[in-house]
Amino acid sequence: MELWDLTVHELSRLLATGEVSAVEVTQAALERAQQVEPAVRAFVTSTADQAVVEANTVDAARARGEQVGPLAGIPMALKDNICTRGVRTTCCSRLLEKFAPSYDATVVRRLQEAGAILMGKTNMDEFAMGSSTENSAFFPTHNPWDLERVPGGSSGGSAAAVAAGEAVFSLGSDTGGSIRQPAAFCSVVGLKPSYGRVSRFGVTAFASSLDQVGPFTKDVTDCALVLNAIAGKDELDPTSVVDTPPDYRQFLGKDIKGLRIGLPREYFAEGIDDEVKEVIMKAVGVLEGLGAVVEETSLPHTEYAPSVYYILAPAEASSNMGRLDGVRYGRRVEAPDVDTLYNRTRSQGFGAEVRRRLMIGTYALSAGNYEVFYQKAQQVRTLIVRDFEQAFTQYDVLLTPTSPTTPFKIGEKIDDPLQMYLSDICTIPVNLAGIPGLSLPCGFSQGLPVGMQLLAKPFAESTLLQVAYAFEQNTDYHKQRPQVTVGGESNA
Amino acid sequence: MVKITDVEVEKIARLSQLELTSEEKRMFTQQLSDILTFAQHLAQVNTDGVPPTISVLDLVNVWRDDEVKEWLSREEALAEAAVVEDGCFKVPRIMDEE
Amino acid sequence: MRKEDLETVIGLEVHVELSTESKAFCRCSTAFGAEPNTQVCPVCLGLPGALPVLNKRVLEYAIKTGLALNCSIASQSKFDRKNYFYPDLPKAYQISQFDQPIAYDGYVDITVDGQARRIGVKRVHMEEDAGKLIHTGDDIATATSSLVDLNRAGVPLIEIVTEPDIRSPEEARLYLTKLKTIIQYLGVSDCKMEEGSLRCDANLSVRPRGSSKLGTKSEIKNMNSFRAVFRGLSFEEERQKEAFLAGEEIVQETRHWDESRGITVGMRSKEEAQDYRYFPDPDLPPLAIDPTWVEDIRADLPELPDVRVARFIKEYGLPDYDAEVLTTSQRVADFYDDCVRLHADPKAVSNWIMSEVLRLLNAEGKELEETPLTPEHVTKVLKLMDEGVISGRIAKDVFEETFHTGRDPEEIVKERGLVQISDEDELGRIVAEVLEANPNVVEDYRNGKDKALGYLIGQVMKATRGKANPQMVNRLFKEKL
Repeated sequence: MELWDLTVHELSRLLATGEVSAVEVTQAALERAQQVEPAVRAFVTSTADQAVVEANTVDAARARGEQVGPLAGIPMALKDNICTRGVRTTCCSRLLEKFAPSYDATVVRRLQEAGAILMGKTNMDEFAMGSSTENSAFFPTHNPWDLERVPGGSSGGSAAAVAAGEAVFSLGSDTGGSIRQPAAFCSVVGLKPSYGRVSRFGVTAFASSLDQVGPFTKDVTDCALVLNAIAGKDELDPTSVVDTPPDYRQFLGKDIKGLRIGLPREYFAEGIDDEVKEVIMKAVGVLEGLGAVVEETSLPHTEYAPSVYYILAPAEASSNMGRLDGVRYGRRVEAPDVDTLYNRTRSQGFGAEVRRRLMIGTYALSAGNYEVFYQKAQQVRTLIVRDFEQAFTQYDVLLTPTSPTTPFKIGEKIDDPLQMYLSDICTIPVNLAGIPGLSLPCGFSQGLPVGMQLLAKPFAESTLLQVAYAFEQNTDYHKQRPQVTVGGESNA
Repeated sequence: MVKITDVEVEKIARLSQLELTSEEKRMFTQQLSDILTFAQHLAQVNTDGVPPTISVLDLVNVWRDDEVKEWLSREEALAEAAVVEDGCFKVPRIMDEE
Repeated sequence: MRKEDLETVIGLEVHVELSTESKAFCRCSTAFGAEPNTQVCPVCLGLPGALPVLNKRVLEYAIKTGLALNCSIASQSKFDRKNYFYPDLPKAYQISQFDQPIAYDGYVDITVDGQARRIGVKRVHMEEDAGKLIHTGDDIATATSSLVDLNRAGVPLIEIVTEPDIRSPEEARLYLTKLKTIIQYLGVSDCKMEEGSLRCDANLSVRPRGSSKLGTKSEIKNMNSFRAVFRGLSFEEERQKEAFLAGEEIVQETRHWDESRGITVGMRSKEEAQDYRYFPDPDLPPLAIDPTWVEDIRADLPELPDVRVARFIKEYGLPDYDAEVLTTSQRVADFYDDCVRLHADPKAVSNWIMSEVLRLLNAEGKELEETPLTPEHVTKVLKLMDEGVISGRIAKDVFEETFHTGRDPEEIVKERGLVQISDEDELGRIVAEVLEANPNVVEDYRNGKDKALGYLIGQVMKATRGKANPQMVNRLFKEKL
């Protein structure tokens, strides 16, 4: 097996025993990226030079016998809306094309303290608005499993980078499914932590009450390791919660016998691809075989979640993104007066999807519409939260498909925003409720990955990891790797 | 059906500080109408007496002590600005008072 | 209908910068006068991904102010975003409070022509200040560009909004004076209007006396001193009354006070009213105010001006006027209290402070704390006078020197030989000399010109360089004449 193909925990063992060096691991990932990147296009910025320097530092520290962090020498990639000091952070927008922040996001600081090595910044839908990474201002990313298809979005680059072996793990952000849906599309593990579990400081805000940062990994163990590194209270984020997170590794390998799993029927209804359903039900069978008790249940307000989401998220975004005005940073289009400067900077700086959502959000908050749209949506949000609260009195975990379909073709949905929005129906309610959601590879349909989504009550990431690990130990979907074809040649 | 008018689209664009071409205006008028019509089915939901969810957290009173801490130098603060003069961000003529 | 039949209705919105060390939502310094953009960070610059964290002292000061203004303190409160684009507003929204202000339903009592008037305080809310714009031309209208300094962006403010209870520009001035006094007593702001730490906007309308319906109001901005508030409102009151009587329509608009021209000017109104799209700030968890904390803050409130006035009247037997004047500044009132503790004649102390101390402060444009003056200085001077060691005139001279140098009055008197001459023989001799030298004046006096005596006493004072005991001189003349 190639070094770039290994997991965090496998590499950590090799690094700890000195069988490989951080530089070797980094070089392996860089070479792999060089090979597949022309086809996948997961990265918008490479930090290769810096990565080698950092890897050397890790090796030197280890050689001196110093204590190194739990992720020391592990190559990682970061979604390009996560601020990195001195490394451009574009949000894949023309407006921030050259923006180099003067500060690190808290998650970046924590990962650096853990010793992880930044390989680069990954492609995404502009300002995280999209489900396919086609809304990147730069280029689309291709799904390593089928280069004609999208990797999902908005964190498509982060998912594809891990799936293709260009990084051992990566971070994405998830406002309505932007970690879980690409994880499913690329057959990797993706976790959206509970709202408040991971600091949002330094992560460009899309919808402040929904955004969370989380990992993409090759397996569940790695997911626990990365979550360990990034979770916990941050003084710079008043919405991060105080209680100390546990060591998530301790839940791996725990028996799931007697654990109650609910299948909300609304997530298996019309609009969900039959073959996807089939794969999911087979996976459910595996869990039943491990002693889990599976029952059908209901989350009655599910059908309203997309409407609630497509009011609240743009409303918050319309306010969050006002700061992008070309005055203090970002690309500015000059004009004789400041209003025209704002107009031109923003109109030329933002792509169509961003402008569309800013317009929706502004509309929903403006006089006369606030009560009808924004406030109403917040009330229905409460009902969605209550649905989940109710369900979790009976079940430890809810299980659903992550996405109603397998990866669609590049260009297939780009002209129909409403259809694109509906590809998030399984993931959106989870952000509205603030609960943790994990997408796990659970099979294939016509050669394309299918992910299952596991949900638990707030701050019960431990339960998700426990169930996901049990499934993973009894299947081998997580071990399957895409054959990336470059220039007609396949690179496995 | 929510029917967004041209006038409304212009007003929203102005509030959003976006400049739309007539083609975009036509497109947005249609798409906004579609999306908002879709969203309008929320009206069917009975929310009498249901409080809004502003945040899912039950956190209250998150604050810090009144202590000064320096962070950025002026050079860092101004480094990303397109136009700087006399240690300030420079903007062209301001048309009217807020 | 005549002007006298019209009533003016004014409501004031006062912004007060709180004197915290750090900004409201980040740890940057709030110090005034630093080089542009040296007190900024990702949060107050509105950089991507930056998040606000509330400074607890902002909340404490807001509650303190609310209590001092007799408000109810909200048990539940939150922050909202007020969205608009302007170059001094980095995030394109201001963190403010919309429908759950921290304090509400209070009042401030003022005295107008000897009558007590109660001005309702509708609400007190917290918000953040904007940055500062430096226009390259003379003003915003002619400037071709502006420079943005964000040192002030994020400095905490409270906005205090009155009910439309104010009936004249004079009442507005009195309300502001009182408000400033209260806030200075609390120590939550230095209230320096010239540094912008106290700013006042006003809403003004007119209506026929007796009507309960509010007229169409205009909002007056840019009044940068108490005098400007008085003048601006006086102008606007007249303008609206004349328009009303002429049957002209009064439009709802924002008007700018032009200090140099002494007029208010209507601002070019936008096509539609501003739509601020307020909504709860999802970055800032709500506030659940602990009532015991509120009671602790209440218990810690200083003695406020109204209470102090009442105490000065009751405890020291001061006239209302003296009590009002002495309590306008907390430092002066404290100073007075200290003096009375050392010198048991409250009225004499009051007279001295009002006539001498306040006069000198006024002339120098200084605050009490900026002088070396101590209560002992005042009481020593009073004692020297009481004991007849120096005359009142000498006392003023001595005190003025103490005021400037901080030197002990007794020492000054000793050193400069200013001890009053109360030797009857010596004074008798001088009196005799003066009488002899001024026969015409003596004649005048005898013919009933009382003023002549003053001249003669003046001559004695001249001869003794002011040191003669005036009472004794007076008596000696009367005896001899």
